[in-house]
Amino acid sequence: MKIDHSQPLEYSTEQNRLNIFGFWVFLGAEIALFGTLFASYFTLVNGTGSGPAGSEVFVISTLIIQTLLLLTSSFTIGLGINAMRLGRKKAMINFFIITLVLGLGFLGFEIYEFTQYVHEGFTLQTSGFSSIVFLILGTHGAHVSVGIFWGLFIIMQVKKHGLTPKTTNKAFIFSLYWHFLDVVWIFIFSFIYLKGMM
Amino acid sequence: MDFFDRFAVPNPGPTIYASMVAIVLTIIAIIIGITYFKKWGYLWREWLTTVDHKRIALMYLISALLMLFRGGVDALMMRAQTAVPENTLLGAQEYNEIFTTHGVVMIIFMAMAFVMALMNFVVPLQIGARDVAFPRLNALSFWLYFAGAMLFNISFVIGGSPDAGWSSYFPLANNEYSQSVGTNYYMFALQISGIGTLITGINFITTIFKMRAPGMKLMKMPMFTWTALITNLIIVFAFPMLTVAVTMGSMDRLFATKFFTTADGGMDMLWANLFWMWGHPEVYILILPAFGIYSEIIPTFARRNLYGYKSMVISIVAISALSFLVWVHHFYSMGQGALVNSIFSITTMAIAVPTGIKIFNWLFTLRKGKITFAVPMMYSLGFIPIFTIGGVTGVMLGMAVADYQYTNTMFLVAHFHLVIIPGVVFAMIAGMTYWWPKIFGFMLNERIGKWAFWFISIGVCVTFFPMFISGLDGQARRMYTYSESTGFGIWNMISFVGALMLAAGFVLIVYNIYYSFRYSPRNIGSDPWDARSLEWATHSPVPEYNFALTPQVNSSEAFWDYKKKGVELFKGKYEEIHMPNNSGMPIIMGAIFFVWGFAFVFGMWIVGILATLGIFACMIHRSFEKDDGRHISIKEIEETEEKLGGAKK
Repeated sequence: MKIDHSQPLEYSTEQNRLNIFGFWVFLGAEIALFGTLFASYFTLVNGTGSGPAGSEVFVISTLIIQTLLLLTSSFTIGLGINAMRLGRKKAMINFFIITLVLGLGFLGFEIYEFTQYVHEGFTLQTSGFSSIVFLILGTHGAHVSVGIFWGLFIIMQVKKHGLTPKTTNKAFIFSLYWHFLDVVWIFIFSFIYLKGMM
Repeated sequence: MDFFDRFAVPNPGPTIYASMVAIVLTIIAIIIGITYFKKWGYLWREWLTTVDHKRIALMYLISALLMLFRGGVDALMMRAQTAVPENTLLGAQEYNEIFTTHGVVMIIFMAMAFVMALMNFVVPLQIGARDVAFPRLNALSFWLYFAGAMLFNISFVIGGSPDAGWSSYFPLANNEYSQSVGTNYYMFALQISGIGTLITGINFITTIFKMRAPGMKLMKMPMFTWTALITNLIIVFAFPMLTVAVTMGSMDRLFATKFFTTADGGMDMLWANLFWMWGHPEVYILILPAFGIYSEIIPTFARRNLYGYKSMVISIVAISALSFLVWVHHFYSMGQGALVNSIFSITTMAIAVPTGIKIFNWLFTLRKGKITFAVPMMYSLGFIPIFTIGGVTGVMLGMAVADYQYTNTMFLVAHFHLVIIPGVVFAMIAGMTYWWPKIFGFMLNERIGKWAFWFISIGVCVTFFPMFISGLDGQARRMYTYSESTGFGIWNMISFVGALMLAAGFVLIVYNIYYSFRYSPRNIGSDPWDARSLEWATHSPVPEYNFALTPQVNSSEAFWDYKKKGVELFKGKYEEIHMPNNSGMPIIMGAIFFVWGFAFVFGMWIVGILATLGIFACMIHRSFEKDDGRHISIKEIEETEEKLGGAKK
């Protein structure tokens, strides 16, 4: 494996560059996926049937906390990647742990929110609107959950092997994924929650 | 026994029972055969675990041919049923199942697999690469496709086939109107193979953008690689829509969500829109590689370089953009209103422009050419007139106002078969014949190939031209029978005769493979067609590392320049070649995905959850696995090159 030392570690081999490029293409597909979900949401937004509308079930307090947690986690993973580039393994691992804890917090609030919805008679089966809300939030939440496990395995590998072309490449790709989830959340926050509460 | 009742087929007939017995016997025969010849180890090491793009291509090719026959038998049964009025060969339910599986099998599991086969084999060779960017993922793509195909195909013996049409519109496809598990099969088979296709898309975009030989700028890529690139871009943007649509569809059926319901705020038209927002780009995913194949074959056999390279590139890019803007033309009559229909009429007709440019470019390539009528060229020449008839009737259907006359009649059936058969099927057979010597090191017999060509091309016309007439007379599609007084009988009988000719043609192709395997000469060299692009610059059959030395390219027909102008293609000395290791994970993951799909089809939740965990376990294993590949030493390369007839310089 030829290592190009003029590049940051995560870009230093041919395969690493391919991996990062390929992951960007994958994110393109993810944009198409969430784009389709949002298009479906706008189609079904008035299809509340006999169930409640968004303004009746969305709660601002948990929403703000969730948003703060996820936005902060995007910042801390950025710090983690910065530490990685500086070669500071320990700082990087710590920032990654903080990121995952924040992600876990986000997920906890999301699950709490779901149970509240179900209590108020807003379930997966209530109406076209409730189905699509659960599907979008669920898809995003599932991405975060997968991300938490993925991040955990990367921390374990960095711990074991140190900062090598392989581990830094994985960590960098993971950070792209995590930022992407943040971007999706901003759209969910704006177009589903804020617009729904108006 | 209640548990097993769910696996029973809802409408069993003698043919179904006969197929069950046939399937079991075939499986037993295969297992005994492999065990007797002690080939399990060979099969596992060399094929099932391979990550080599050439072998994956071959597995796609075999699967595509198998699926062609599955879909072909469906087609024959439909033509036989409608050949005479008031026929009782098939019942209404059986007929519904057969036209549904015919559509899905032919589009998703035959045509897609055929495209994948040729793309996998040719693209890395045409760009001078050692393999694709992610060989392991490439194998995973194949096994997901295969798992999806198998899941779909067992539906007719376990639990019942889907019967809501290949477009599976809701509310017809919901639990109330499609009560068997058939539509669940549809949803999960499409989901699994769709994920595989998406992975291929990512893989090939990365490969083509990042792994081209030095000097091969984008505008110097061979035309097939160009079409493969654009096709994969369409895949990456279109397939997530299918993922979302079938996810919603399966949730509606399994968890009683309200996406496509007609009550409780659901929207049944959402399915139609999502399906065709994927479905229309999908037909271009099939047709663009076909255009690419013709753009390789026509210059080779006309002995001229491709006319209008730049306009070819521009038109495929234009087609790919327009392909996302026309989906509503599949359901003009389903209540969008005049304005929306008009807009989509215009975009639809606009697609005819870049397609027309391509047709003229091929014609100008032929002009003043020294044409040799080899089998691949005959398919390419047959394609142009038949496809044009299909295409022009497409413009007729594209006009929203006129479409109310043709919609859901046999006219439509005639139209799309007359674009998709000369477009895709001709191209795939032509491509297969053209690249066959590169894949196997011997050629397919020309004489039998020409017989097959005439059977198929005349068969297509005889089968589908009568449908234009019966369609204009008002024969609806998807009807299992009709009365004698309609006067459709004669046209349908002619169609049936044409279908038999088509069947004969395909049987001839299989016979040709057998015949050529036994009798064709093996000493044909590496460039039997005197072709123009890089894949012909290496040996036939291709060594596992493709090129011993990476080619240096400075034109779009590098190999032609090397042959005719003496431009040096291979410079430098051998170096060690890094290759990926084989892996059993892709096939294991494919198998788990099969179990996952099967479990959800029948609502066996515990098995489904276990399979989901299994899929994640495979991914975790991959994350922690240490696999740096292996190196082929210089000595090994020299030996292989010597054995294959001397180093290429």
